[in-house]
Amino acid sequence: MARTLSTAAAINEALRIAMHSDPDVILLGEDVAGGGTRDQEGTDEIGGIIGVTRGLVKEFPGRVLDTPISEMGLLGTAVGAALTGLRPVAELMFIDFIGVCLDPLLNQAAKLRYMFGGKARVPLTVRTLTGAGMQAAAQHSQSLYWIPAGIPGLKTVIPSNAADAKGLLLASIRDDSPVVFCEPKRILFDQAEVPEHDYEIPLGKAAVVRQGSDVSLVAFGATVKTALMAAEQLAAEGVSAEVLDLRSLQPLDEEAILATLEKTGKLVVVDEATPRCGIASDVAALCVDRGFDFLNAPVKKVTAPHTPVPFSGVLEQAYMPSPERVLAAVREMS
Amino acid sequence: MDLLPEELLDAYRKMKRIRVFEEKLNELVTAGRLAGFLHLYAGEEAVAVGVCAHLGDRDFVASTHRGHGHCIAKGVDLGGMMAELFGRKTGLSKGKGGSMHIADMEKGMLGANGIVGAGIPLATGAALTAKIKQTGGVAVAFFGDGASNQGQFHESLNMASVWKLPAVFVAENNGYGEFTPTDFVVPVKDIAVRAQSYAMRSDIADGMDFFDVYQKAGAAIARARKGEGPTLLECKTYRYHGHYVGDPLIYRPKGEAEHWKEQRDPLKNFEAKVVGEARRLPREDLRRVDAEIAAEIDAAVTAAERAPLPDPTDLLTDVYVSE
Repeated sequence: MARTLSTAAAINEALRIAMHSDPDVILLGEDVAGGGTRDQEGTDEIGGIIGVTRGLVKEFPGRVLDTPISEMGLLGTAVGAALTGLRPVAELMFIDFIGVCLDPLLNQAAKLRYMFGGKARVPLTVRTLTGAGMQAAAQHSQSLYWIPAGIPGLKTVIPSNAADAKGLLLASIRDDSPVVFCEPKRILFDQAEVPEHDYEIPLGKAAVVRQGSDVSLVAFGATVKTALMAAEQLAAEGVSAEVLDLRSLQPLDEEAILATLEKTGKLVVVDEATPRCGIASDVAALCVDRGFDFLNAPVKKVTAPHTPVPFSGVLEQAYMPSPERVLAAVREMS
Repeated sequence: MDLLPEELLDAYRKMKRIRVFEEKLNELVTAGRLAGFLHLYAGEEAVAVGVCAHLGDRDFVASTHRGHGHCIAKGVDLGGMMAELFGRKTGLSKGKGGSMHIADMEKGMLGANGIVGAGIPLATGAALTAKIKQTGGVAVAFFGDGASNQGQFHESLNMASVWKLPAVFVAENNGYGEFTPTDFVVPVKDIAVRAQSYAMRSDIADGMDFFDVYQKAGAAIARARKGEGPTLLECKTYRYHGHYVGDPLIYRPKGEAEHWKEQRDPLKNFEAKVVGEARRLPREDLRRVDAEIAAEIDAAVTAAERAPLPDPTDLLTDVYVSE
């Protein structure tokens, strides 16, 4: 009988497997143990802000490290540890906090191998929450994956479901290059079938999650759900939509994007980040640059507006790409 | 002073090698034979050599933009360094790093760093590796007075103290952060006192005196190795050249550099101590080393200038590991 897990539980399972299979894997971050080592009656561990790392500190004592609230120090330390023989998984609680700790990623992790002529490796994974949908407002809801995706030397990965989260996280941890692993808030508590064994999903490979022939919906992270809902409605209207889940933003599976475009001739890219300098723009540019002959209609971008993320639920719903906006984009093309 | 004659000679050789290397670079840049941003370590030799004399290949150092001295003190190959500075394929990093990122992982040299303060958490992470993997190694972060105003310094010291890491933080206080005198931007007289906020041990050494640095760094490194936690060691020193080669130096009082060079020079200081009353080394041995180093540096320059350049296609390699 198939077993279902939440995405959060699948991530926890991936971390446990990674730590069992490699003694060099350590976790560090704010509250990742979260009281788990306090030997005092009546206390228990938090295991991270969402409880994703709960249970790990007791299973792997000495390898799950609560850090001070010092994102720059903890990421810089994680880079130094990765450079010298550990395989750290650092938690940046929310990707919004990248503003106080970009240097260890931008100028250290991403560049050390290149600057040292290939004689160094930085097997670091940074897990971080992304996206809106929890009324966490402007400083805890951003989809800033375009920042690491734009930095040569880093890989950026974003799962859309629990099974992918487990396989992509295991592949990220075991990758010898630094990886920013995004955990979209809107999928954390979604349940899905997750195989129990140790498996990896290769980085840089997109997946067709719904076959179709009339239009391609390119999505990633939480927008895969949005695209699948739109595809259901389109099917009811007699339009066959293919949904491509990018899974990795860097490396970007350009061939998979071009393949689905060639198949359908029409493409909508759904990205919950803001519209400038982002993944949606990259995908649209790719279609024009290398897929122009396949295009039967303009490429459409469905993104958040160029605004901060609002607090009020009504405003936040209006901010995030919805199935209705995807449908509207498809209708504009026909 | 428990150093053997050959250890003394090795310390002298490394300090002299740094001095001649840096003076040669100054000459090459001025003559237009060498490009790039260069930050010279001349004047501060006793700090790198006094600290690194206690380190082996299992120990790590993280450096600064002024990194050549730390490389040489850590035993990095001179020819590979020179070729790197000339942007050659035979350089330590195949010409991809240059002066500001010069590194040698095999020697535990985690790189010069173009970002002020950024080497400090790298060394902290190396110390975490040493602690978790129980290698018995220690990690040393070299940084300047300017870096002690950076968040990376404070965050790292805090974490290293909380985790009792085998780390030594060596503040090279040379009196200037880029062009600004340290006392304009650092409100405390001694950077060493900043350790107090982190319940960390600290010490102050005369950075122009090899023996003082050697002794105090030795104590700090020994404590770190024994699991007694980190130390902040401030070394008061002086930068003979400007912030970078080409710095017009108009912000520095007249006579200041001359005073340090004449009265406080670490090489003269060392020689007076080992050759003078102590008579631990014959003066001829030092002159022989001088001649060897002059020849060695000239040979490194000649070899670097003749070495092959990278292929333009090398641009695309070494970004990710799987290539």
